Amino acid sequence: MAKSKSLGSKLYRRAVVDAFVKLDPRRMVRNPVMFVVEVGSLLTTALWIQSLVGKGEAPAVFIGAIALWLWFTVLFANFSEALAEGRGKAQADALRRTRKETQAKKIHSKLDKFDRLKARIELVPSTALKQGNIYLVEAGDIIAADGEVVEGIASVDESAVTGESAPVIRESGGDRSAVTGGTRLLSDWLVIRASANPGEGFLDRMISLVEGAKRQKTPNEIALNILLASFTIVFLVVCATLLPYSLYSVAVTGQGTPITITVLIALLVCLIPTTIGGLLPAIGIAGLDRLIRRNVIALSGRAVEAAGDVDVLLLDKTGTITLGNRQAVDFLPVGETTPQELAEAAQLSSLADETPEGRSIVILAKEKYSLRGHSVGANPDAPTGAHFIPFTAQTRMSGVDMDGTSIRKGAPDTMMANIQEQHKPIPTDLKATVESIARSGGTPLIVTRNGVALGAIHLKDIVKGGIKERFAHLRKMGIKTVMITGDNPLTAASIAAEAGVDDFLAQATPEAKLKLIRDYQSGGRLVAMTGDGTNDAPALAQADVAVAMNTGTQPAREAANMVDLDSNPTKLIEIVEIGKQLLMTRGSLTTFSLANDVSKYFAIIPAAFASTYPQLAALNFMHLATPQSAILSAVIFNAIIIVFLIPLALRGVPYRPVSAAQLLRDNLLIYGLGGLVAPFIGIKLIDLLLVALHLV
Amino acid sequence: MTPGSWFQLGFYFLVLFALVKPLGSFMASVYQGERTFLTRLLDPVERFIYRLLGVRAGDEMDWKTYAVAMLMFNFAGLVVVYLLQRVQGYLPLNPQKLGAVSPDLAFNTAVSFATNTNWQSYGGETTLSYLTQMLALTVQNFVSAATGMAILVALIRGILRHTARTVGSFWVDLTRGVLYILLPLSLILSLVLVSQGVVQTFSQYKAVTLLQPTTDTNGNAVTQQILAVGPAASQVAIKQLGTNGGGFFNVNSAHPFENPTPLTNFLGMLSILLIPAALCYTFGKMVGDTRQGWALLVTMTLVLGLMLGVAVWSEQRGNPALTTLGVDQQASSLQAGGNMEGKEVRFGIVNSALWATVTTAASNGSVNSMHDSFTPLGGLVPMWMMQLGEVIFGGVGSGLYGMLAFVIIAVFVSGLMVGRTPEYLGKKIEAFEMKMAALIVLIPPILVLVGTAVAVILPAGKAAVLNSGPHGFSEMLYAFSSAGNNNGSAFAGLSTNNSFYNIALGLAMLFGRYWLAIPTLAIAGSLVRKKKVPESAGTLPTHTPLFIVWLIGVIVIVGALGFFPALALGPVVEQLMVGG
Repeated sequence: MAKSKSLGSKLYRRAVVDAFVKLDPRRMVRNPVMFVVEVGSLLTTALWIQSLVGKGEAPAVFIGAIALWLWFTVLFANFSEALAEGRGKAQADALRRTRKETQAKKIHSKLDKFDRLKARIELVPSTALKQGNIYLVEAGDIIAADGEVVEGIASVDESAVTGESAPVIRESGGDRSAVTGGTRLLSDWLVIRASANPGEGFLDRMISLVEGAKRQKTPNEIALNILLASFTIVFLVVCATLLPYSLYSVAVTGQGTPITITVLIALLVCLIPTTIGGLLPAIGIAGLDRLIRRNVIALSGRAVEAAGDVDVLLLDKTGTITLGNRQAVDFLPVGETTPQELAEAAQLSSLADETPEGRSIVILAKEKYSLRGHSVGANPDAPTGAHFIPFTAQTRMSGVDMDGTSIRKGAPDTMMANIQEQHKPIPTDLKATVESIARSGGTPLIVTRNGVALGAIHLKDIVKGGIKERFAHLRKMGIKTVMITGDNPLTAASIAAEAGVDDFLAQATPEAKLKLIRDYQSGGRLVAMTGDGTNDAPALAQADVAVAMNTGTQPAREAANMVDLDSNPTKLIEIVEIGKQLLMTRGSLTTFSLANDVSKYFAIIPAAFASTYPQLAALNFMHLATPQSAILSAVIFNAIIIVFLIPLALRGVPYRPVSAAQLLRDNLLIYGLGGLVAPFIGIKLIDLLLVALHLV
Repeated sequence: MTPGSWFQLGFYFLVLFALVKPLGSFMASVYQGERTFLTRLLDPVERFIYRLLGVRAGDEMDWKTYAVAMLMFNFAGLVVVYLLQRVQGYLPLNPQKLGAVSPDLAFNTAVSFATNTNWQSYGGETTLSYLTQMLALTVQNFVSAATGMAILVALIRGILRHTARTVGSFWVDLTRGVLYILLPLSLILSLVLVSQGVVQTFSQYKAVTLLQPTTDTNGNAVTQQILAVGPAASQVAIKQLGTNGGGFFNVNSAHPFENPTPLTNFLGMLSILLIPAALCYTFGKMVGDTRQGWALLVTMTLVLGLMLGVAVWSEQRGNPALTTLGVDQQASSLQAGGNMEGKEVRFGIVNSALWATVTTAASNGSVNSMHDSFTPLGGLVPMWMMQLGEVIFGGVGSGLYGMLAFVIIAVFVSGLMVGRTPEYLGKKIEAFEMKMAALIVLIPPILVLVGTAVAVILPAGKAAVLNSGPHGFSEMLYAFSSAGNNNGSAFAGLSTNNSFYNIALGLAMLFGRYWLAIPTLAIAGSLVRKKKVPESAGTLPTHTPLFIVWLIGVIVIVGALGFFPALALGPVVEQLMVGG
């Protein structure tokens, strides 16, 4: 999504306005830390007004400055939240525009006798479509509601949802039968059974999600809120009891004036964890937004958080670990056959074979034995007079008939039967060759000429480049990878070893997948998986983090708690990282916020009791100019640190795949030690600035 | 510090750590119901007790039942102690014919001993009969300590077991704690104490002729002194071992009949930290990873060591105001040097500062010197040790479960920092545990701060203060720090035997004990139901030096930073006033 400059400034303008709108106490009360700051701002404002009429506890300028900066503290926090929401809102507006009121062609006739041209069709508004209704979409129409294609094949423009402009094919049956309301049909026609009621469709959920309207606090967020609220309570007690302590001290020493309410409120706001309290909502929203930007729609915030905790990743072999198709890597002749002879026969039989496997055989023969092939028919390389036999489910082999020779290739069991049928001998080393290919994780294909076995082609799954390193990273993060495949255990084991996964499930059935997930879960682990087919749905529903491919079927998309619009199975790894980043950002800013308190005590306490106990000035080792500048500097630092940390909150703390201990050490150094030291420097600088500008 | 002081400190910790493993693993065996060398001797007694109580040893309780049993038992104990004080005049073993204790003082004392605090608004030898001392106070010394250990053991079971419901039987844990751990140790210690001259008798107080006759304020000649005696040794042993701290005599372990020799002083200090330290090992052993226990012990020792250093240094340095007057406060072969006011000459600077620090680190509260007379900075140390929440060793059992609440908070924040839902020893830390841990960590500071605030507002609170200025404020702050954290040591300089302090401090002790015990058991009940998450490379190790440093940071920032303003108005400014 291109972000123009004007969109950027519009976002900021909108966020500024929203920051004020969010001052509504009914909203603020949901965030106890910032609510306390708002109440403090109101109180100091009242004290400022009181001082203006001449009965103030301190100079009006001082109280006014404190009040102003307390308001800024609240506004900065609101601004961060508004800014985080801004992106989502802009996207939601764009989505809403696509979801115009459309007309749907509702079909009343029976489906089994369906005839597009004769069917009784009624035009109804899309909002009148109920779950289970059947409707027709033709080229140029907007698909009125989420559903499943029951008839037809068509190209669909799904850019409204995915942002991807290339059209996708949708057809009845199979794994590409789901359509999304709001997308547009480019060609042909489809008959669709609606799968969602109006207002409950995928687009609706997406809108409410990116807007953050339905955003509920996640378990970790709740726990953190409890911790922050407890700190707020204890610091409230600390500050409230300080007034009687101060009164007592003034009474027994007979000097000075008691601490003012303004200073008490300033101290309170500085001590309560405003940095994390103010940025907490923004962190959560930004986390979801980071997913959306990677084209993943999380259907609950809980799922994003769970993604950070995942211990086991179930990954489909095909498409995730290996490239989608197998490739020929070797020719293994048997009996008297030379490799050259086998390669030539294999190439001939595959010239018309347009499958990736077939093409890879031609290429391998070309590369290994410089065989150029002969010209045949439409294929300029094919020899004349050749008749190609395509693969069919009945014969389960393919090949070529040419000059009285017939070359065939196919799976070992089929070919063995074929050889025996033709009463030809089976070479003694054929079985061993086939087995050795299977044992190494490959798929053997037997090639025959006139029923005589020439040898086997070694087809192999090609593991994606860089995937092994990725799994090694995951292992360092403490995440176990499990490969799921329909292959036999032998093949699976060899690919698993090559790809570097920790475990594999071979000959996987939906039941076996479901059982595997349950087993891991009962062992206390959190399981993530991706899936697209209808048969994945039970496993998706069981998994803690379930990512459905957008190209997947409707049941799969409904069972999942995330949908990947790019339909890229490797994205699960990125999702895990985003989940971890979300938690890390919260933890790091909490540490930073708490560590800040040390310096604020040293700034405010000597200043607050300067009149009663001037000796406490010894604690003012920052040498802040005056008590008033000390307190004001602490309050200003407390407010602007929020602004400084907004980019971090939105971007997230960078995640590196290292062990937990190392991660903690690094983050403690940056945010713990940094949080301890930074405010000393910041407060001193602000104090110097205030003095230089003659503001105090 | 002199080489002698280093040696005394070093020897103390050496002996302490040498005992941690044997005692710790013995206690683990006791609570896990395994056979020990005492089983043959004590098993019949144990079974007899269960038969008497109608308890079946195999019957386990869920956390709520456990909590109710614990509360009922403690409440019954509280009532007994109250009543015994009120009617002691009619009961035997009262050679001095001491009358009924006033209702508010009796309430305060009953709460104090039931909660393992042992705050003493009374003077033992002038208030309580031998029967009350033995039947009320000594019995509570045993059972309140065993209660603390039982709660800890329930929490450990919550961590250890998974997808279960029960956390053990309170009656069994209580009985085993008293029978196998506290009674044998007390028996040995009290015999040694008696051998050193600690009194143990039912006879009445002795009148002795003064070697140096003196005169009273009216100028009358005084030739006789009454020496209070009684069954002290049996009570002193358990008051040290069970982190109770309630002295038989008013001046506690500064009294020559309670703590006569350097040996009794050494054993006294040793037994203060003995069980709390060994329980760390018990914890590690029970959860199946002793490194976890050692990590907590190291955490406690580091904080203790640091504060001990401050106390010894400050006391040995003496009073800066006297230094400016040219008074020699240097340690030499002729004098101990430093600030000797309020300290027993036979113990000196190091053993007084060491006792003051360990007695407040652990929630013992017995004293062998007057903390009120420490230098302001030296007095800040015991006060701050209590304000940390009594988790640096702390009370038997209660110290470690308080520490585990801090661990939960530390684990929570650090877990987030490494991007995982936090877990400790395989148990996920979620909102409920957080809520309970927050209660455990926050209630004591609130009790201390609010209690002190009430005291400085009310005339009854202010009237009891014997010193002016920041020192008077410190005296009030110390009293509530002691009661709110169930320590029981007194700063002195505050007349607390009046209805305001008796009731206010009594309430602080009650809330400070049970509002921590109940959430602890609730955590146990919540953890025990959870699945155990297997350890992986993504699991944050909780036994490393890094985690120890982090835990100390959390304890200091969360537990103690809230006291910074109050301390600034008390000991800190006082130290600055006397000159550095």
